Amino acid sequence: MSTTTIPGALTPRDIAGPTLGRLVTVELRKASDTRSGRWLLGLAVLTTVTVAIMRGFIGPAGDRTLTDIVELAHIPFSIFLPIIGILLITGEWTQRTALTTFALVPDRRRVVLSKLLAALALSATGLAAALLSAVVVAGVAGVDGTWNLGVDDLGQVTLAVLMGMVWGVAFGLVLRTPAAAIVAYFTLPTVFGVLGELISGLESTWKWLDPNRSLTTLAEMRLSGDGWWHLLTSSSLWILLPLVAGTALLLRREVK
Amino acid sequence: MCSGPAAPIVQSMITVEHLFKRYGGHTAVQDVSFRCEPGTVTGFLGPNGAGKSTTMRMIAGLTPPTSGTTTVLGVPYGALPNPGREIGVLLDASAQHAGRTGLETLRLTADVIGVPRARVHELLKLVDLESTKARRRVGDYSLGMRQRLGLALALIGDPRILMLDEPANGLDPEGIHWMRGLLRDFADRGGTVLLSSHLLREVEAVADRLVVIAGGKIVADGSKAELLESAGTLVKATSRTELRRALATAGLASTTTTDGGQLVEADPEAVGRAVAQAGVILTELRPADGAGLEELFLSLTATQPHADRQEVAA
Repeated sequence: MSTTTIPGALTPRDIAGPTLGRLVTVELRKASDTRSGRWLLGLAVLTTVTVAIMRGFIGPAGDRTLTDIVELAHIPFSIFLPIIGILLITGEWTQRTALTTFALVPDRRRVVLSKLLAALALSATGLAAALLSAVVVAGVAGVDGTWNLGVDDLGQVTLAVLMGMVWGVAFGLVLRTPAAAIVAYFTLPTVFGVLGELISGLESTWKWLDPNRSLTTLAEMRLSGDGWWHLLTSSSLWILLPLVAGTALLLRREVK
Repeated sequence: MCSGPAAPIVQSMITVEHLFKRYGGHTAVQDVSFRCEPGTVTGFLGPNGAGKSTTMRMIAGLTPPTSGTTTVLGVPYGALPNPGREIGVLLDASAQHAGRTGLETLRLTADVIGVPRARVHELLKLVDLESTKARRRVGDYSLGMRQRLGLALALIGDPRILMLDEPANGLDPEGIHWMRGLLRDFADRGGTVLLSSHLLREVEAVADRLVVIAGGKIVADGSKAELLESAGTLVKATSRTELRRALATAGLASTTTTDGGQLVEADPEAVGRAVAQAGVILTELRPADGAGLEELFLSLTATQPHADRQEVAA
């Protein structure tokens, strides 16, 4: 075997890898640099503003409060943004960019974490946009109790939005294909909830397990008492468990 | 950050040792070992499904090996502080987001590995994907353009090592010529190249070393000159049956070539003596050179399941 001898030690260069912040920025860029990503973001903003305007100007004046507007305005992007979260994860497999992503960042935990943080940043931005449009609409429409939105209420709706996003990411991690993850995200909890309503014997158990019940109440800013425990158990089952299992799968998975 | 492992002194940029990969009952890679040294182009040759891509994915830490080790610059791939600045990896040119432009794809990589955006345009110019081509979506690229983009992605971190899986696929003859020049130049400046192909001709012109893999096993490994030498003797006779019998009697291992001759693992004199004793009438007797390498490649790879063919490689 021929050997070319180069004197001295050949060691890796002392160039630091990307910081978590940079990876999050890159993931945010990935969410918005494709046509489908831009469409989803655009639609989310458009429907949020539309819903806020409609809620602010339509219906009996007495029913129109800032809380009501926020409650409704956050729904459109609560639906759209988890799809972006799902695509952030599953796109790596369907578009096969995982080959590049994990070759550049071999520590896959950092990739998952940066995607999760990017997804949460998108959700927070979406919520801020919804609040802003709600406040503007409430101001222009002159609805009652314009500034009646307390810190506690705000905390509840924020938590609901962020949890919805983590949920989407978690399903994306487990299911890998966007279609499967999106369908599962929208139908499984509903089917589960309907099951609980049909079978009366399940009622007492279901309030601990049905994620939509406690999350919806949270999004409506009305969660209290035992409801927090129901939220904890149901989201452990539906959000935390798939998140942990999906991440564990990803760390071991062969990237092709 | 500076707590990286104390790297040993190494002369090889890529080291693969006793690598195995099993999928259920199927062994895709079996006891593969080789090294890539600075200043050389190593051609990783083998038919489709021989285990080339699996081996390369294991080097890049994308596929966990069943057993064995791979290192890049003396450390496991995952321990490289910033892999994109050490080794340019192109495993599949089609594995890019179809909805992103070529420009955007390069920008993302530049951002991840921390090279200035200006470098993106240098690379686009280098691979001839400037201006309007750069702004087209990768989904609209031809395979050749994707290979060029993949090469730009591999080179953007100014690495010392390139690992490319079938980079010539989809390139036109001019593109192949251009890529050979680029890789040769890269190695001549001290870089290390590992490139795979299922076509001998594609790598023959540029490689210094050849590692031939078939059925998951290394069947030949050496400099191009060594492999040419060991390619043996090409012999043809009026009767192929008599020729084979004579060679077998003399204990000379041989394989049948595609054009009806025999490729013998011996020098021409030994072959001449063997057939003279048997009274076989020869029509051709010559050292197997250039063409012999091709015959060797075919014989090593085409009929792998037969144990008698494997011993040719020994």
